Amino acid sequence: MADVKKNRIGLEIQPYRGGKTTLCAGCGHNAISERIIDAFFEMGIHPKDVLKLSGIGCSSKTPAYFLSEAHGFNSVHGRMPSVGTGALLANRKMLAIGISGDGDTGAIGIGQFVHLMRRNLPIIYIIEDNGCYGLTKGQFSPTADVGSTQKNGQPNDLPPIDTCMMAVQLGASFVARSFSGDKKQLLSILKAAIAHRGTAMIDVLSPCVTFNDHEGSTKSYAYVKEHDEPSGEVSFVPFFEDITVDYDPGTTTAVTMHDGSKLYLKKVAEDYNPTDKLSAMRLMHETHSRGEFATGVLYIEPDKDDFLTQLNLVDEPLAMLPVDRVKPGRDVLDAVMEEHR
Amino acid sequence: MQRIINDFSIQIATVNGSGSQTANLVLLRSIFQMGIPVSGKNMFPSNIAGLPTWYTVRANKAGYIARKKEVDFLVAMNAETAKEDVLSLEPGRAVLYDEPLKLSELRSDLTFYPVPFDKIVATVCTDAKLRRLVKNMIYDGVLSQILEIDMGEMEKALRKQFGKKVKAADLNMGALKAGSDYAAQNLKKTDPFAVERMDKTGGMILIEGNTAAALGAMFAGVTVVAWYPITPSSSLPESLIGYMKKYRVDKETGKATYAIVQAEDEIASIGMVLGASWAGARAMTSTSGPGISLMSEFAGLAYYAEIPGVIFDIQRVGPSTGLPTRTAQGDIATTALLSHGDTRQILLIPASVEECFEMAQDAFDLAERFQQIVFVMSDLDLGMNTWMSAPFKYPEKAYDRGKVLDAETVKRLGGEWGRYKDVDGDGIPWRTLPATGMPSYFTRGSGHNEKGQYSERPDDYQRNMDRLAHKQDTAKKYVPAPVVDDAETEIGIVGYGTSHWAIGECRVQLEQEFGIKTAYMRLRAYPFSQDVEAFIARYPRIYVVEQNRDAQMKMLLRIDLPAGATSHVRSVLHYNGLPVDARSLTDEILIQEGRKTRDTEQVVTARHDAAVVTAAREGE
Repeated sequence: MADVKKNRIGLEIQPYRGGKTTLCAGCGHNAISERIIDAFFEMGIHPKDVLKLSGIGCSSKTPAYFLSEAHGFNSVHGRMPSVGTGALLANRKMLAIGISGDGDTGAIGIGQFVHLMRRNLPIIYIIEDNGCYGLTKGQFSPTADVGSTQKNGQPNDLPPIDTCMMAVQLGASFVARSFSGDKKQLLSILKAAIAHRGTAMIDVLSPCVTFNDHEGSTKSYAYVKEHDEPSGEVSFVPFFEDITVDYDPGTTTAVTMHDGSKLYLKKVAEDYNPTDKLSAMRLMHETHSRGEFATGVLYIEPDKDDFLTQLNLVDEPLAMLPVDRVKPGRDVLDAVMEEHR
Repeated sequence: MQRIINDFSIQIATVNGSGSQTANLVLLRSIFQMGIPVSGKNMFPSNIAGLPTWYTVRANKAGYIARKKEVDFLVAMNAETAKEDVLSLEPGRAVLYDEPLKLSELRSDLTFYPVPFDKIVATVCTDAKLRRLVKNMIYDGVLSQILEIDMGEMEKALRKQFGKKVKAADLNMGALKAGSDYAAQNLKKTDPFAVERMDKTGGMILIEGNTAAALGAMFAGVTVVAWYPITPSSSLPESLIGYMKKYRVDKETGKATYAIVQAEDEIASIGMVLGASWAGARAMTSTSGPGISLMSEFAGLAYYAEIPGVIFDIQRVGPSTGLPTRTAQGDIATTALLSHGDTRQILLIPASVEECFEMAQDAFDLAERFQQIVFVMSDLDLGMNTWMSAPFKYPEKAYDRGKVLDAETVKRLGGEWGRYKDVDGDGIPWRTLPATGMPSYFTRGSGHNEKGQYSERPDDYQRNMDRLAHKQDTAKKYVPAPVVDDAETEIGIVGYGTSHWAIGECRVQLEQEFGIKTAYMRLRAYPFSQDVEAFIARYPRIYVVEQNRDAQMKMLLRIDLPAGATSHVRSVLHYNGLPVDARSLTDEILIQEGRKTRDTEQVVTARHDAAVVTAAREGE
């Protein structure tokens, strides 16, 4: 089998795969897991250097279905951000990916989501967004649109939370929206997220085939396909690929990422600038008011200090520090005791 | 008049936010420096400024440092409480008061010392804004004269208190001297109380339990701390921040060998702790009752998915907001069983500042050994009050990092490893850490089998739960054993935490005043070891002393000990928010023993004790 494809660190795709999915056939989440497998494989990240985290819900089961050689932690409902924060504080060398859902993030976990974004923790934070609670049989979640209906016809009356708008406003340094059915765009976004240092918040519209794929739902495959408004083509060139891209600065924004990778974002509108918060917010607001949603990398701030940098931690993982670096000597205790005499 | 030397309590009644704490600590420290055992208890309101606060300094030549029920010397600075404070004193006591309050008209059986504080402070402090603060140092000066406290020691204590702030120290020194001069020229001592130099505090330290616990955590090698502000816990992480900045920053690089994060709430705090511990760090948080309630769901995850963690619970009065600035042992039962489903947690219960220091390392060692959360059950009295102690010993014991799989162990186990498999027969499985090259596993709170795979099989679930119970049995042999003092008697007292100090004094009162001998066992941990059951079986009547209403430790004894083993166990309960005192315990034990109490107790005394209800609830 000389022709088995290997990535740049010499691994085949097998260790990037996970257990067999237990989600419904056709679930958007499975497509996202596939793209995650592809992205990590193509970027040549060793699964053992990755931490997989999740909350509770259909989305949060998925870390079992990719990167089986990575340590994973399926935590409690809405609290993945804190667990991920702790894990990264303990080991800053790891690449963390957190999988959440629209209920896990937008309802029970909104507090932790907000503070994770504020901290710009270096983590890829994916919301597998289907606008409903699948695992408890289809109740509305906080990302359901006004007027969208449940299977029984009942419409949603409350306005949705736009997690991307929130993330931009709160301080995340990479904010994207995509669609589980758009393989190419999602893969580019995921690869760029891997290259990014800081919070990469990706809201992926991922239809629930069982409870939210009917006419009247604004999170069905048909509806999402029809109203997806790409903010422009997303091209990602990783640092290890020697490719020069000719681009027109008038129509494309080129971003150099933390690891040297390049991200080329083709503009849909002349006045749209993905490195400007206000511009990103305006794009989201305008597309939303047309009943559409913008997809692509909506906002990026490649050089913002992340939380671990701000804490000024030693280079080695805190979890691995030897005793002599964490246990002060006898002289220290003597000095402190003297202060209290 | 018979002089009473080195055996009295001083109560200073002020308004919170008036800056009296500095003067109070100078008073405490100066008596301590004279070699006399002391304790200081702050009874403060849940408020920043304007409400009544009392600080009690007890000097006791025999070394009793529990709160004393009776106030011997009152310093009345607060107009709002002065009348009630004076009326609650026993005859023969003394009152130092702010002259305009005209307190001497209230009683004829007390000694009164009027002091015109405003007039004196005006002579030493030209800045009107500072007078309110400096005024407090005047009562220290007056007390130095009346109680015969060495002025040199007072100055030394004052200078230590102000540290590098020389200008402020000088200003306060002026006030101290002015108070002392005023007393020397205008007041004639007629009360019996005085201090005399002793040699009982040489080499000792004065420290708060929260500071001691913070130090303990630093020496235990903590690397990740997540916390959320809550009284009376906040001073623990705040002291820790101070120490870590000073002693745990890499000298060459200037980088921190730790991360301390103020989280958005207690749920995030414990989430961060568990994430960090799961990835191999020694991680902790510190909180109080309301925080413990919020952490409950995560506590179940940690128990079932077997993740270490350390939580300091500085207990306060609940339920709900309760009395957030008063002390209690009210979280014992809920914490021992914290979370849903079947859960048993490990608790360590320090009684002294020294144990706050030592149990910090015990907590991390046990948490990593047993792969579960260890709760250190301190309380407000221990955590926030100033305690006298022998200096802490440098921890020689190596850290126990528990069963973490490495290449050598993999070889030894052959193919036997499974994340939740008991290969050693002690109920404790081997865990793996990320980034160590060891096999990965998917940590989950949902049902899992020995290999850590998702499972809803009845036999997998039950086997796992039985192993967790077995693990808890193993823990009984590892947790700190109770401290037992046996005696030829029918009465055994059981206590824990800060009740220890009042119990020690109570036992002497019972023996010296009533000829009643008692045995004593101080619990230091949950689950209970074999010694606990044995002690309870040895004595016909057992009194469990607790600072809560519902006899929570007795509940746990009843749950865990065999049927019938606790039928002779009674309760002595104290739950009014004040630290427990010996006399209340003595009286209650005498009542339950069918004996008469001390005659003087027929007089209803201290105002604060109106709510002391110490009843034998079950009537056994």
